[in-house]
Amino acid sequence: MPAVTLRVFRGDAAAGGFRDYRVETEPGMVVLDVVHRLQATQVTDLAVRWNCKAGKCGSCSAEINGVPRLLCMTRMNLFADGETITLAPLRAFPLIRDLVTDVSYNYEKAKQIAPLRLKPPEADGSYRMMQEDIDRIQEFHKCIECFLCQDVCHVIRDHDTKPVFAGPRFFIKLASLEMHPLDTRDRIDAIRREAGLGLCNITKCCTEVCPEHIHITDNGIIPLKERMVDEFFDPVVWLVRKLRGTPKAPAS
Amino acid sequence: MARDWETQEHDVIVVGAGGAGLRAAIEAAAQGVSVGLICKSLLGKAHTVMAEGGIAAALGNVWPEDNWRVHFRDTMRGGKMLNNWRMAQLHAQEAPDRVLELERWGALFDRTKDGRILQRDFGGHRYARLAHVGDRTGLEMIRTLQDHAIHQGIDVHMETTVLRLLKDGDRVCGAFAYRRDRGDFVVFRAKAVVLATGGIGKAWAITSNSWEYTGDGHSLALWAGADLIDMEFVQFHPTGMVWPPSVRGILVTEGVRGDGGTLKNNLGERFMFRYIPEYFRAETADTEAEADRWYTDKTNNRRTPDLLPRDEVARAINAEVKAGRGSPHGGVFLDICARRPADYIKKRLPSMYHQFKELADVDITKDPMEVGPTCHYVMGGVRVDADSGASTVPGLFAAGEVAGGLHGSNRLGGNSLSDLLVFGRRAGFHAALYAKDRGGQLRVEPREVESLAREALEPFSRAGGENPYAIQHELQETMQRLVGIIRTESELREAIGAIERLKERAGRVRVEGEGAYNPGWHTALDLRSLLTVAECSTLAALERRESRGGHTREDYPKADPEWGKVNVVLRRKDGGIALAREPLPDLPAEFQKLLGEPS
Amino acid sequence: MIGASLGDRSGRGAGEARAPIAAPHLRQDPWWVLPLTVFVVFTAFIVYATWAAFQNAHYYVDPYLSPFYSPCVYARCLHPTLGPGRGLPELAVPLIGIVSPAILILWGPGIFRLTCYYYRKAYYRSFWLAPPACGVRDAASGYTGETRFPLILQAFHRYTWYLALIFLGFLAWDALLAFRFPDGFGIGVGTLVMWVNVLLLGLYTFSCHSCRHICGGHVDVFSRAPSRYGLWYLVSRLNERHPAFAWLSLFSVALTDLYIRLVSAGMIHDVRIL
Repeated sequence: MPAVTLRVFRGDAAAGGFRDYRVETEPGMVVLDVVHRLQATQVTDLAVRWNCKAGKCGSCSAEINGVPRLLCMTRMNLFADGETITLAPLRAFPLIRDLVTDVSYNYEKAKQIAPLRLKPPEADGSYRMMQEDIDRIQEFHKCIECFLCQDVCHVIRDHDTKPVFAGPRFFIKLASLEMHPLDTRDRIDAIRREAGLGLCNITKCCTEVCPEHIHITDNGIIPLKERMVDEFFDPVVWLVRKLRGTPKAPAS
Repeated sequence: MARDWETQEHDVIVVGAGGAGLRAAIEAAAQGVSVGLICKSLLGKAHTVMAEGGIAAALGNVWPEDNWRVHFRDTMRGGKMLNNWRMAQLHAQEAPDRVLELERWGALFDRTKDGRILQRDFGGHRYARLAHVGDRTGLEMIRTLQDHAIHQGIDVHMETTVLRLLKDGDRVCGAFAYRRDRGDFVVFRAKAVVLATGGIGKAWAITSNSWEYTGDGHSLALWAGADLIDMEFVQFHPTGMVWPPSVRGILVTEGVRGDGGTLKNNLGERFMFRYIPEYFRAETADTEAEADRWYTDKTNNRRTPDLLPRDEVARAINAEVKAGRGSPHGGVFLDICARRPADYIKKRLPSMYHQFKELADVDITKDPMEVGPTCHYVMGGVRVDADSGASTVPGLFAAGEVAGGLHGSNRLGGNSLSDLLVFGRRAGFHAALYAKDRGGQLRVEPREVESLAREALEPFSRAGGENPYAIQHELQETMQRLVGIIRTESELREAIGAIERLKERAGRVRVEGEGAYNPGWHTALDLRSLLTVAECSTLAALERRESRGGHTREDYPKADPEWGKVNVVLRRKDGGIALAREPLPDLPAEFQKLLGEPS
Repeated sequence: MIGASLGDRSGRGAGEARAPIAAPHLRQDPWWVLPLTVFVVFTAFIVYATWAAFQNAHYYVDPYLSPFYSPCVYARCLHPTLGPGRGLPELAVPLIGIVSPAILILWGPGIFRLTCYYYRKAYYRSFWLAPPACGVRDAASGYTGETRFPLILQAFHRYTWYLALIFLGFLAWDALLAFRFPDGFGIGVGTLVMWVNVLLLGLYTFSCHSCRHICGGHVDVFSRAPSRYGLWYLVSRLNERHPAFAWLSLFSVALTDLYIRLVSAGMIHDVRIL
């Protein structure tokens, strides 16, 4: 394969811009291979975050030609010969340097989620769960925390709602707890008020960029919205609650 | 770049946030001490995330006959009896509790029909024993531990790399580190330090290991005066991807074989039947018919040789390829589509399906995979007390891959994740006790820190022109060529010479740019530990004149009973590394009897 | 680290220093084709449906009734669903005149589609441009998602689903009647068209996310509710194709109306198959 032109963002939050580099490629390469070659041969201080290079750790998230992707799972044969490949850092997060961003927002949000509170065990002290009880939430557990969904989500990216919005990654985290067969917390109120589920307008970009092909919107967010309807927008339930003054169990 | 530093204080610091580090931090925090968790990457990205097949634990959910004694026996036999028996015992006894505890913290393992944790077959395990989640068990484990840990009041220092342990007299009193984001230095003051840094696989060119696996913990311990044992034993996982070149080495889980995949050469032969060693002959099927029956009837048939321990399979593949019976890209074929339907494969092995489809354009539900050995794991590590994980340096503990002893000369698949949980917990517990018991103000010498900072910044100001990536690359090629699966004295000596020369060149490394997130600088700093572990591994390999487990000498092809009684111990001496042969702990008679029993 | 000011077009919050890249997006593919196509098709449908609804003619040709006019609730309908001569008196509005019976109907399926999770995605992207495509900056600066009036009403989608079931029932009844030709039982192309329409509308209705939730999505322990699990599982498989059914049923309902309209106007002839 011939040399390609990489147009890479260089710089930090104060100043920076795109620079073009010519890099030799070989068959079967992924974009991260080309970035490594660039780093080893031309720009030794090019900042890029990566770990496993096998699509399992979710470290090498960046924007390739404007689309959030994992550098290690994007094959070079995706691009036409002679096409200039633009590499930019995730644009929804503060920049550290070059292709590396500060994703600590996500770790803050993770901390705000109340942990599992288990039901009492069976008589023999064990817990039983059937495969059909967990199939649905095992899908959410596939998440590798690459935060591409958080990056592409326009609510975070374009509207700066970070203090009041958890984002798709944490909606599926919340869904996996809310639908957990052994969890005893009522999380819907927190999902609505603290995680800001109502801000999501289900435009599904999170699902589109998910490298694990998790159906974030259809299987996670929308079922949560439906559970929110059960809790807050069901007139019958609302009326019964009003009449009986039943308090809801809080999440934390 | 200033040479000053910030100071952080904790009772216990844990270096490394994979399975062992997280479990250690959780346990230490539970003892009521303040805990700092230092990770080289972001939280949740450590190498544990790559573990695929499962966690070995004798839960007895699938085979009620299974119990800790059988697991103990399998582990000892898999390690060719070089294991620390006490560690193997604790590991087999405690693994089931650690797995159940993970479940209570939110892990969702695949289920049996009656709602318990499903277990799968793996190499060297008598019974289906691996609790798993498809082929992404490591991800489930690290995320469960991570989500549990963030609610325990642990201070997490992400993207922070420890460069040196600090000592006050004989005792460890903290660590000197830098933060990647700005390149600033940090001094962690602590009463106890737990090393949980993982392995050394990045010293080889074809490896399943990620960039962080540069032997930091091994080197930190050695430099701090601790003993390392068994460093000659490096596991080459038999099945890594071989094509395309850029993905060479990426792991293909043993679960493929556990779930019905078989190895074939380019003649279509199931060649493993020709490589059954005497040691495992009694428990291994010798005909294809019996091996096929074993998948459905384990009571009346012996296991397929495809599931021999990893060292045996890796050597067999190596021999087939050398004999010209390999696949087009220098591996062999691993075929699961012949036995299992597409739905089954996609359900049981989703990441493998995904990985081959996206990286190699191979649909494993229709075509066989091409696989070959890849550097995967180091059995050797810091010599520790079996019960507490304490190293020979007061205040320094180690757990997980960085600790040696449990696996002997070869680790069984699935025993790594259970190792992390069992000994991570123990090391965290004992480090906390140690920190509570030993009060008193520990002194960090500012001049020492200053000199460490100066040393770390040297590559920016050197006149020399060595490129850190080039040196790293040459080291990896050297180790791959000369200290690979099959070793011989002349090549090992050549490797030692080459490592010496690379060490000299590493002293002339120069890096460009500034301290903030500068991978060139990071690579230059990692070179020190990478070269140290490469040297340790090569020296130990040269010393052990026999073949056993993960160490195969062409010039000493047989196992030698005398060598079966000793560990090769490495320790720092006069600025260099000294070697010693020291006897294994005595195996009590009751365990001897257990190991002697036929399966 | 966490910014607090809302509505900054650059997407940068207070204290948040993102990559200084001026371009609103860096996509090089024709990302605008999809939202534009959706915009054009939806607009075309709305224009056609409005025109067809106001025409108040050519919606019935024995035995076919246009889905836009079913149930036809006026007593003077061309084909009164409630029975000959039975039904409501016609509603007349000054200046506009007699309100077409379709107007009394279309709001029902209309709000079902308007609040549908799939359609919401489609029109938020192509009409609201929030966002127009993934990684492309939102057109609007202020954004409250579905937390305020009127969009908070999207939460009532499940009640529109119940309503849609009623309309689907009428259409199925119409399709049954489409076998009853003046000369007795028969099948015409129109019968098939109406059945295909009912089938696609049924698939669309029963693949609905709210339906999935009502059938079993609300259950946490499926193993203790096997029948709801079975139902949920079934609807979940359909739900995977919900967008496809949304499009196909949109076309089928418009084309069924068009077919009947053209036959009724004498512009084409319905072919009898049986």
